[in-house]
Amino acid sequence: MWGFYFDELMHSLPFFLKGVWMTVAVSGLSLIAGTIVGFICGILRAGRNKILRAVIGAWVDVIRGTPFLVQVFIIFFILPSAGIELEAFPAAVIALSNLTASFICEIVAGGILAVPKGQREAATASGLSQYQQLRFIVLPQAMRTIMPPLVGQYVLLIKDSSVVSAIGVVDITRVGWLTVQRIPEGLMVFGLVGILYFAICYPLINLSAYMERRMTVVSTRL
Amino acid sequence: MLEAFNFRVILEYMPLYGKCFLATLWLSALSLFGAILVGIIACAMRLSQSRFLSRAAGVYIESIRSTPLLAQLYFFYFGLPTLGIMLPEWVTGVLALTLNSGAYYAEIIRSGIQAIHFGQIEAGIASGLSYFQRMRHIILPQALGMTIRPMLGQAIVLVKDSSLLSLISIMELTRAGQLLTSERFMPTEGFLTTAAFYLIIYYMLKAFSNWSEKRLIFQEAY
Repeated sequence: MWGFYFDELMHSLPFFLKGVWMTVAVSGLSLIAGTIVGFICGILRAGRNKILRAVIGAWVDVIRGTPFLVQVFIIFFILPSAGIELEAFPAAVIALSNLTASFICEIVAGGILAVPKGQREAATASGLSQYQQLRFIVLPQAMRTIMPPLVGQYVLLIKDSSVVSAIGVVDITRVGWLTVQRIPEGLMVFGLVGILYFAICYPLINLSAYMERRMTVVSTRL
Repeated sequence: MLEAFNFRVILEYMPLYGKCFLATLWLSALSLFGAILVGIIACAMRLSQSRFLSRAAGVYIESIRSTPLLAQLYFFYFGLPTLGIMLPEWVTGVLALTLNSGAYYAEIIRSGIQAIHFGQIEAGIASGLSYFQRMRHIILPQALGMTIRPMLGQAIVLVKDSSLLSLISIMELTRAGQLLTSERFMPTEGFLTTAAFYLIIYYMLKAFSNWSEKRLIFQEAY
């Protein structure tokens, strides 16, 4: 019986590859959007404007304090009642970008605040403008602290993308869920799902760990 | 959207939300307890002299961290029955949450233990303390103190992750929102109330985390 189901599962491999493509598409788009929004919010959060800081802080708290599944439902079910009709795919990308942005915002703000104050003062004394300070002095140094957790955040993003299967986006998890209705071998089907995620995430986790090691070596050498 | 917010329906569903709030707390607490236990064991295995135990724990930790919780949940939910193991849904859910967070706790505890100076362990050996005595009196108290913040952070993640249990039809907070959506077609009321309850848990854990950090610094001063 096991062998029969195994053959059957191998026949549905193209379906799984489509799921991989969907996971990569949702995660990739959210990664780009989330990184851009996250960096902008992070820079503002580490900035001088108190109101902006408080607003961004409250937003981060709300996103961090509620489950991603609930956020997905809110965006998918509630925005339409406000007159914004959304398909599952854009709703998933918006929810995932929003989540990623809030986490990256904290990482970036932390990285910027970790740059010694004297650097900024020296830059001001040298007559650099606010933008030049950020671009040439603060961000390049902050990137060292930012990069390892940023890659770690991308791993979380890919894993969290499995949740959007709940609103019917046909990603790897959804493909597994659909397949298991037809091939009743849960261990085998979701074993395959796990292997596919592992193939995407494991290299990224190692990249993050490698960067962390390299960064610490650099800082102890200085 | 907000002008049509129906507080009466929320009041009507309050008993359900109360019950589901307690269910979320209870499921999370049970999983948290199990996860810390699994984490301590997995960490002890990972750091043990035996290469086999260390490898086994490594495979467990890496495979959990590289795959999404939802895929793990479905793996158990659809997989265990094919092995002839019939468990109630909530047991499957708690099992998946426990094993998932256990891997993260193992890593958190490991980082805490490895931050302890090796001389202390040597001093323990030299004083004739057994492995368990060293663990109990030297390593764990320090490691737990150092890792209390990441551990509470993981507890917050666990509470949020418990929302995924609604997808295998366990009654908890997110499920209450889904019920309100499907029975009355009021997603706004349903999911915003759900989100509010999660935020209560989040802010309490966050406050506790901040408080405990102050306490620990206070203790260190002695």
